[in-house]
Amino acid sequence: MQPTHASRRILLPVRNWFIVVTLFLALLLNLIPFGRLPGIPDWVALVLAFWCVHQPLKVGMAAGFVLGLAMDVADASVMGQHALAYVLLAFAAAGLSRRVLWFPLSQQALHVLPLFLGMQLVMMVARMVSGAEFPGVLWFLSSFTAALLWHPVTYLLLIPQFRPEDKDVHRPI
Amino acid sequence: MSVVGHAPPPFFKRGPAPLVRLVFFVSLSLILLIADLRFHTLEWARLAVATVAWPLQRITWMPIDAAGDFGAYLTRQSTLLRENEELRRSQLGTANLLLRQQHLEQENKRLRALLDMRARLPVEGRIAEILYAARDPFSRRVIIDKGIQHGIGAGQAVVDDVGIIGQVVRVFPLTAEVLLLTDKEQAIPVEVQRNGLRAILAGAGAGMMELRFLAANAEVQIGDILVTSGLDGVYLPGLPVAKVVKIDRDSAYSFARITCAPLAGVERHGLALVLGARTALPPQPDDVPAAEEPSRGKRVKKKVH
Repeated sequence: MQPTHASRRILLPVRNWFIVVTLFLALLLNLIPFGRLPGIPDWVALVLAFWCVHQPLKVGMAAGFVLGLAMDVADASVMGQHALAYVLLAFAAAGLSRRVLWFPLSQQALHVLPLFLGMQLVMMVARMVSGAEFPGVLWFLSSFTAALLWHPVTYLLLIPQFRPEDKDVHRPI
Repeated sequence: MSVVGHAPPPFFKRGPAPLVRLVFFVSLSLILLIADLRFHTLEWARLAVATVAWPLQRITWMPIDAAGDFGAYLTRQSTLLRENEELRRSQLGTANLLLRQQHLEQENKRLRALLDMRARLPVEGRIAEILYAARDPFSRRVIIDKGIQHGIGAGQAVVDDVGIIGQVVRVFPLTAEVLLLTDKEQAIPVEVQRNGLRAILAGAGAGMMELRFLAANAEVQIGDILVTSGLDGVYLPGLPVAKVVKIDRDSAYSFARITCAPLAGVERHGLALVLGARTALPPQPDDVPAAEEPSRGKRVKKKVH
């Protein structure tokens, strides 16, 4: 199966409502008004990337587009800015899904970090073309926080899919 | 599982290829971006989504509110006592002025009546609380807790106890967005208080502002106070705006680079006053063009014939 994957156990199939609920909760977390505090991760991007990597057939660019529009309104930013960034993120994450799951979790985080940075770069280009101010280098810190959170978030979101380990001495598999 | 007469279900039913979907969604996003940035046509969609999402947003403020309340609970008594003392002193200091102002207003009204001028309507204001700074890192906006329901409209000026902090740019049913003076898209007509030199002050980002299009030898000094000139019909004249902090007169450029710092607590949070929409400006002197227009029209007609 997956020799180097930390969670080697065979997972149960994911429930659709769980995906919806987690994405919704991520949206709520993003709505918390932290203002311009640097280093607050983009929770929607993190959870969206997670589901695009783990369930590329269920969560994709359409989900990214809808969530992006919601974020655009909540953020008081330009319509389409987050939508564009999340669609590109979903595409890249789905493309990565075949490969990245074979790595241990720390290296998976290194794989998704460029995705988050690229997403922020897309947003920055979209805004600075229209004459907005440069938000400062510290703004990119949120991508690194998101990558650091990849490990705990993986365990958190896979909990409902773990099956209880019952050791059967007669049937060792 | 196939039954005679029924085709087996298609095996790999996955819709269009990923690249096709990517192109579709990216072009849709780009259309939205351009529609919003260039033509500003999506305000109705934003209003609809914001209205639906209002309860959710209210829930998400709870953690921040709770943290703020907890911080206020732990304020030390000495701080409160000192603040109280300061407030009492400043109140005593301004009481004299207030009493005189009432007297002056009465006198002004009488004089205006004598001169048969229209009495100026008193400007009404509405106190609002600044809830939080918008998350968007590319602009400087804050959200206040008054909206359409409280009679706030786009374009109204927002001041605090020292001076102007910004202008309402977007209203929702219960909240409104205020574009701060330091945003790069914000500009305000001002004059130098010392000599009445008029200019335009624009946001420069990073909490500073810039006095634009003044000649390199313009008479501005460091420390000059800039007040609104009231020429735009949005801001009342004479409200303090900013202070000149740095002047860079490089003869290579035709304009001086004048950096200013806002006087009001633009990046600070607290209470603010949303000034009512200003009463209409005196009508533009359009009698002259009106008299000219018919003749111009005739000329055009002659040319056509």
